[in-house]
Amino acid sequence: MSESKIAKKLMSESKIAIELINVDKHFGAVHANDKVNLSVESGTIHGIVGENGAGKSTLMSILYGFYQADSGQIKVFDKDFRATSSRQSIEAGIGMVHQHFMLVDNFTVLENVILGSEGGALISQSLAKARIELTRLAKEYGLEVELDIAVEELSVGMQQRVEILKGLYKGARVLILDEPTGVLTPQESDELFRIFDALKKQGVTIILITHKLREIMNITDHVSVMRAGKMVAHRETSKTNPEELAELMIGRKVLLNIEKSKAKSGKALLTAKNLEIYNEQGLKRVTEVSFQAHSGEILGIAGVTGNGQGSLLKALAGILPLSKGSIKIMGKTITPESHLNPKQLRELGVAHVPEDRQKMGMIADFSASETALLGYHNDKEINQGVWLKRSSVKANCESLMQAFDVRPNNPNLMSSNFSGGNQQKLILAREFERDPEVLIIGQPTRGVDIGAIEFIRKRIIEMRDAGKAIILISVELEEIMSLSDRIIVMCDGEITGTVDAKDANEATLGMMMANALQPQDEPKGAKL
Amino acid sequence: MTRDKRLSWINGLLLPLFNVLTAFIATGIVFLFIGVDPIEATKILLYGALGYDEGLGYTLYYATNFVFTGLAVAVAFHAGLFNIGGEGQAYVGGLGIALVALYINPAMSAWIVIPLAISGGLLFGALWAIIPAYLQAYRGSHIVITTIMFNFLASALMVYVLVNILREVGEMSPESGDFIKVSWLPFVHDIFASFGYKIARSPLNLSILVALFFSAAVWFFLWHTRWGFAIRAAGKSNEAAIYSGINPKKIIVVTMCISGALAGLVGINELMGVQHRLFLNFNYGYGFGGIAVALMGRNHPIGILIAAFLFGILYQGGAELDFELQNVSRDIVVVMQGLVILFCGGLEYLYRPVLIRFLAPIKESK
Amino acid sequence: MSDFFLTAVLTLDASVRVCVPLIFAAMAGLFAERSGVVDIGLEGKLLMSAFVAASAASVFGSPWLGLIAGMFASSVLAMIHGFASITYKGNQIVSGVAINILASGLTMILTLAWFKRGGITPTLQGDERFLSITLPGVDFIDHIPFLGVIYRELISGHNILVYLAFAIVPVVWWIVFRTRFGLQLRAVGENPKAVDTAGLSVEGLRYKALLIGGILCGIGGAYLSTAYNAQFTKEMTAGGGFIALAALIFGKWHPYRVLAACFLFAFLQALAIRLQGVIIPGIGEIPVQLIDATPYILTIILLAGFIGKAVPPKASAQPYIKEL
Repeated sequence: MSESKIAKKLMSESKIAIELINVDKHFGAVHANDKVNLSVESGTIHGIVGENGAGKSTLMSILYGFYQADSGQIKVFDKDFRATSSRQSIEAGIGMVHQHFMLVDNFTVLENVILGSEGGALISQSLAKARIELTRLAKEYGLEVELDIAVEELSVGMQQRVEILKGLYKGARVLILDEPTGVLTPQESDELFRIFDALKKQGVTIILITHKLREIMNITDHVSVMRAGKMVAHRETSKTNPEELAELMIGRKVLLNIEKSKAKSGKALLTAKNLEIYNEQGLKRVTEVSFQAHSGEILGIAGVTGNGQGSLLKALAGILPLSKGSIKIMGKTITPESHLNPKQLRELGVAHVPEDRQKMGMIADFSASETALLGYHNDKEINQGVWLKRSSVKANCESLMQAFDVRPNNPNLMSSNFSGGNQQKLILAREFERDPEVLIIGQPTRGVDIGAIEFIRKRIIEMRDAGKAIILISVELEEIMSLSDRIIVMCDGEITGTVDAKDANEATLGMMMANALQPQDEPKGAKL
Repeated sequence: MTRDKRLSWINGLLLPLFNVLTAFIATGIVFLFIGVDPIEATKILLYGALGYDEGLGYTLYYATNFVFTGLAVAVAFHAGLFNIGGEGQAYVGGLGIALVALYINPAMSAWIVIPLAISGGLLFGALWAIIPAYLQAYRGSHIVITTIMFNFLASALMVYVLVNILREVGEMSPESGDFIKVSWLPFVHDIFASFGYKIARSPLNLSILVALFFSAAVWFFLWHTRWGFAIRAAGKSNEAAIYSGINPKKIIVVTMCISGALAGLVGINELMGVQHRLFLNFNYGYGFGGIAVALMGRNHPIGILIAAFLFGILYQGGAELDFELQNVSRDIVVVMQGLVILFCGGLEYLYRPVLIRFLAPIKESK
Repeated sequence: MSDFFLTAVLTLDASVRVCVPLIFAAMAGLFAERSGVVDIGLEGKLLMSAFVAASAASVFGSPWLGLIAGMFASSVLAMIHGFASITYKGNQIVSGVAINILASGLTMILTLAWFKRGGITPTLQGDERFLSITLPGVDFIDHIPFLGVIYRELISGHNILVYLAFAIVPVVWWIVFRTRFGLQLRAVGENPKAVDTAGLSVEGLRYKALLIGGILCGIGGAYLSTAYNAQFTKEMTAGGGFIALAALIFGKWHPYRVLAACFLFAFLQALAIRLQGVIIPGIGEIPVQLIDATPYILTIILLAGFIGKAVPPKASAQPYIKEL
């Protein structure tokens, strides 16, 4: 590839692959990147850490030409660089593996790889050329993938390989990876890190965006920390430690170890037996899962995203049906034959804070008072015959806002105009204030500011102390560990471990989260 | 004024206003293009539609049809559905009305016959919407495509019914016999006359009250009942609806039935009100007109009443143009409909960036 | 030779003629929908082009100028659709509906303004329209039984646009499945973000697809008014654009299957005309309306997933909004 030759030549002249100077970017009122500076040495693995919403992805998308900076300067291998589309970035030798893969599902691997760099007007030659080149790359970096299979047939790990190959085929000498391990099993992650090593040996520069500090410590050479749109620190990885990084990410020494008395666990309010659940797309997500949730206890469910926790949560809330097993809940039993819908479950005293706040928990275009009504619009207090009483709807919202300190406390404001933290508080208020007996809570603090996190966690514990049974699902291990009394770990749709919270630490939980990768689940298409 | 307030003014009032104005200006350009003075044309149009009793009567009579189809489109819109099948639902609704008005016992009282005939229209309109709705909800077939297909099916069905079944023996034209007298809705001029006021004869009939009644009913239903809440929630977010214990599939079917039923009311104005028989293509253009009316009226009953009145003016005024000017026909209304749909629908946000930049610029935070 | 055979050949011949605008419109729709833009506006583009082509052919005395004018007019509508649905990210279906209604109104207004007759353009005389071509060897092959009739009636004796319609289908196939543009087109209809991050322009590709669609619809419309007929008449497309849309779905967005669907639907139309008033022994008279309605019924059944499944391109009907 001629581009890669140019890049190689440039690289031999320069030690700095990427340099960002005062890069600034606004989205509406949000200041996503505030005069960011960054310098990435070529041939190294450079980590960028920060909380969700710190501006990491935006910054990298600017570098990749997906967005344009409002102001600031970018240099790639010492050359001034300004991209108005990803094309210029690709030509400058930058490749990016997005968090959500940018693959055409019904295309073959080969077709996906050549898309956008086909060469001639006919694709037959490009395909032949790409086949040779990919075979070479596969050998060089250990990136074997079956080339003539549709990508939708591949496992997530394999699809990620295709993305990396896409970048390399297009001549990338700098590869940006955005949260690459979020969807991977630990084994797949290890495989990915092995590939990083191979790439680094060949002189490829890798920028790794993540919020997992362990990854940063294990594989990067340098690390930069972002917080609230600003670049707050640069460190050599060998000269820092996770505690320092965490502090830099969060900004102040907050120990979110919230005061929590010992649980007074009571009788079982929810008993799940041998659950088997298929998701909306008809894929089996949960197999043979059994557990009990007791009153006065928080049961945490940990696991890597996409290992069945989400589907389990939805089934407990009545959104997904069971295909096998039973759930005994507040004296009623859900089985594949007798399904209870979310409305019936609410009437039984089951509250549900959904994982996806924006799509499920609220309606962005509805006023706060209407969002505060979701799931409870049939309540007697607000209906009089056929009439849904506006005044009661408003009063309901006002009292919820007061109870959970939602700001601004204006029931007529559109739900989308509240900050993430306040949206979440409104949803929690809606679910908590009806005095439910069982609470099913998914990702309570995702995308929520630090102040709200503390508030929310305290409220969850208060509910526990009031004798409710709480089932908590979170991808944040720290959250699971600080809130739960008992922890279940899920992997690949099965429970791979149950531990008492006081015996749990990151290492043991991590092992359990990785545990269940059975031999038959080897990713498909592992050979060329 | 806070920025949020200003934004809601922009979205709620200024944008629709600008969009309608653009459609008017574009129509003006069409007038210029065909050598007609747009100001002259507007004068004729307004005079024809509003300048005298009879004209006003016709205007309101046309507007009545647009209220029904506009409401039909709007109700579906709130559930996130685009009901493009108003044309067919109105047509088949007419059959429902005709079946009652032709075959019911003529000795019955109008107080029974008229509500029954109206129910016939509601029922048949709903029936014609229920299959596309079912297919969308339970089989995933895109409702836009299926309702288009059902418009053509309605056409074929009605031709068959009129030619082979309802046509009276010995008649050439494909139309039914006269409806029984008790099913006729009284003309407004007759009602006025019975109170001793004399106004010009026009096809305006009691259907207009039915239209007003259903506008109010739709408003109350959508914003002041739990069912309306459920429909709007499902229309905004499928997932949030399921979460709230609302069954989106049921919502699709129920909403489309309501929508089809409303469209099915066109026949009470056209058939029970004026023609007193069923004939080919009595619905022509009102179904699609309803899309323009709903878009222009922002899917709100009050907006729809205003937009329907405007389209009534155009229909009636267009007839006057036809009569007065050589170079232009009533079809200019169709052009205008197209432009309204384009600017109020397809290009809904054309002016938003500009308006926001000037009227509600983003202030640098901190 | 039996009358039945001749009737069959003539019915097929009529199907071929009816099929042509359907093919052009359906291929136009194929480009648009493969790129992720639902094209409800096929009908309007056909109608507009039919009108403009007939007008230009009549004014300039050349069917070729008519054809070019028709393609231009249809492309203008396609670009309006693009402006609303691609650049301004409006609802693709709403703007498609707008185009249909606009075309319906404008053709009526403009016929009146230009030719003083509402809904009709002047009749095209002699070589102002596309004339049928007699293929070489008709006289020679005519002596062969069956084949002669087929060659004379079915294969020979059409105008150039008929042959173009059938020739264009393999070309469309080749473009869609064998060229760089085709690869990008299919990609943008499935996952526009993948296209964007590959450094390609989503908007550019969609505009190109709509423009090709505009040109193809233009040829289809011109065929209606300057080849199949000799003038434009009010609403002369008679739902052809929607039948093409149905054929596009029925053929699952694949050129050859779409061609087959077009031909099937055209055949049903030709058959409906043939069977008007004919009493079939044992069955009686088949209502013409039933046959007319068959394409729609078939498409609905297919859409309902009772016979196979029609899965449109994944990004279909969604405006592309750039965000992570």
